[in-house]
Amino acid sequence: MPEPVLRLEHLRKSFGGLLVIDDLSLEVAPGELHAIIGPNGAGKTTLINQISGLISPDAGRVVFGGRDITALPAHARAAAGLARSFQVTSILPGFSALENVALAVQARSGSSLRMFGRAAEEEELNAPALAALGEVGLGPRADLPAAQLSHGEKRALELAIALAMAPKLLLLDEPMAGTGREETARLVELLRGIKGRFPMVLVEHDMTAVFALADRISVLIYGRVLASGTPQEVRADPKVAAAYLGDEME
Amino acid sequence: MAKAAPIETRAAPAVAHAGVAVPGLIFGVLAALPAAAVLAPENYLLALGTRIMTFAIAAVALDLIVGYGALVSFGHAAFIGLGAYAVGILAAHGIGELLISLPSALVASVLFALATGAVSLRTRGVYFIMITLAFGQMIFFTASSLAPYGGDDGLTIASRNILLGLPIFKDPRVLYYLVFAALAGTFFLCRAIVGSRFGRVLCGAKENPTRMATLGFEVYRFQLVAYAISGALCGLAGFLLANANDFVSPAYMSWQRSGELIIMVLLGGIGTLYGAIIGAAAYLLIAEFLSQWTEYWQVIFGPFLVLVVLFGRGGLVGLFSQIARKRHA
Repeated sequence: MPEPVLRLEHLRKSFGGLLVIDDLSLEVAPGELHAIIGPNGAGKTTLINQISGLISPDAGRVVFGGRDITALPAHARAAAGLARSFQVTSILPGFSALENVALAVQARSGSSLRMFGRAAEEEELNAPALAALGEVGLGPRADLPAAQLSHGEKRALELAIALAMAPKLLLLDEPMAGTGREETARLVELLRGIKGRFPMVLVEHDMTAVFALADRISVLIYGRVLASGTPQEVRADPKVAAAYLGDEME
Repeated sequence: MAKAAPIETRAAPAVAHAGVAVPGLIFGVLAALPAAAVLAPENYLLALGTRIMTFAIAAVALDLIVGYGALVSFGHAAFIGLGAYAVGILAAHGIGELLISLPSALVASVLFALATGAVSLRTRGVYFIMITLAFGQMIFFTASSLAPYGGDDGLTIASRNILLGLPIFKDPRVLYYLVFAALAGTFFLCRAIVGSRFGRVLCGAKENPTRMATLGFEVYRFQLVAYAISGALCGLAGFLLANANDFVSPAYMSWQRSGELIIMVLLGGIGTLYGAIIGAAAYLLIAEFLSQWTEYWQVIFGPFLVLVVLFGRGGLVGLFSQIARKRHA
C-alpha cells in the first residue's frame, strides 16, 4: 500500500470528563474518497477539527503527507494543503461569491502583504476564482454578496473555495447538511466530478450520498473506529448493522 | 406596475470603492477654506481647519482598523501623544529638525503599536477594547510623571520644527496646507490599503477569522501590521498637533481623547474612511459652536450623538445616503 496522505495515530480528545475521541487511528490513501459515518455524538466533527487544526488532540499524532503536523496551527495546515468545509456554512458573508473564492486563490499565491494595486481587479486572482465558481455552477452568481446566496449555493460556494485552494486533501464536514433532496443530488454530482482530483475525507449523514461516493468508509462510534472498509464490506458487517445502520440497511 | 422593493445591499468594505464624489467634495472644501479665512479674525478659521484635519488624520487611521478590521482600539490617543511628545522632548533638547523629529514620532508610534498590539491582538471584542485602554492609560500616566518634561502640566515648545533650516510650520497658511497634504496622503494610503490584497485579508478576518485561518492566513500577523500602520498615522497626527499648538501635554493621550476618536469614526460613518474626516469635522465644529453658546454643551451633544447612531446607521454618511435614496424613490 502506498504511503497514506493522512495518518491519524492514537488520537485522543476529551472535553471535561467526556471522552470524545478514544485512541483513534485512521489512514487516508492517495486519491480516495474516505467517508466517515457514525451516529450523532460519535466525534466526527471533533475529528475533522483535529485534522484541520482548530482543536489540538490530548494525545496522538496527525501525520499529513509524511510530515507530523500535530503541533501546527490551522493556518499553517491550510498553507500545507489541507482544505476543509464546515458543517455550519463558513463563508465571508459580506464578500461577493467571487471575492470569497479569490481570497482562497490569494492564500495559495502568497504575497498577501501587498498593500497597493486593487485586488478586485487582479486577473491573476479572478480568473482561477471564476473557473472554480463555474465548476460548481455559480458562475452567474459570482458578483452577488455571499450572504444573499441560497443555502445550497452557499454549500457549493464552500466547495468552490476548496477547489481554488488546490488542496492536497479536502475535509468535508457534512456538506449536505440542511440541503433539500434536489440540492443534495446536485452536490453529489458535483463531488463525483471532483472525486479523484485529490483525496477527500467526507463526514456525512446522508447514506445515499455516502454509498454513492465513497471508496472506503470508516464507521465511528463513541470516538472509536468500529469498522473500516469498502462500502460493500461495511454494508455487510454485522457489527455495523447492529450498532448503527439498522433499518437503513434493509 | 409595482416596482420591486430595492434590496438593501450594503456594499462590503472589500468591494466598496469609497466613492469619488464625496472625498472630492471634502478635499475641495478643505483646499478652498484658506480663501475664506479672511472672513474671521486672527486666522481663526485656519487654526480651526488645521485642528480638524489633524484629528481627521487620526480618525481615518482609526477607521482603518475599526471599520475594516473590527479592532476597536480604545487607546489610540496614546499614539497621538507619542508623536506629540517626540516633538516636545526633542525640542526641549534643542532639536527642532523635522528630519529627526518626524521619523522619531513615527518610529516611537510603530514600536509602541507592535509591542502593545502583540499582546492586545491575542484578545477579541470587549477584551481588546479594555486592554488597549489599559495600554493607553499606561502611556498617559507615564507622560504625567515625566517631571523633566513638565509632568502633568505639559511642555511648551519654544519653536516649531524646521526643515533643513526652513521654518515651514511658521506661516499658518503653509502649516494648513502641510496638514492638508498629510491628511490627503493618509486618506489615499488607507484607501489603497483597504482595496489591496492586504486589505482583503484584514476585512476577511473581521468577517470570519476561523474561515481565514482555514484558508491559510495567519490573521494575527495581518492585524498587527494594520495596527502598526494605524498607530504610525496617529503618531503623524500627534507630530502635527504639537507643531500647531506649540505645546504638548498628557491630556493629548487621555482616555477621553481615545473615546473622542471612536465617536468621530462612528459619527461620520464607520468603514468608509471619508466618513472619519466628516466625523472629525462634525465633532469638532459642533463642540466648538455649542461650547460658545452654553457651558453645558455636552448635555445637547450627547443626545445628538445617540440620535445619529440610532437613526443614521452608518453615521452621517449613512444618514445622507438614506436621504438621497428617499429622494430618488
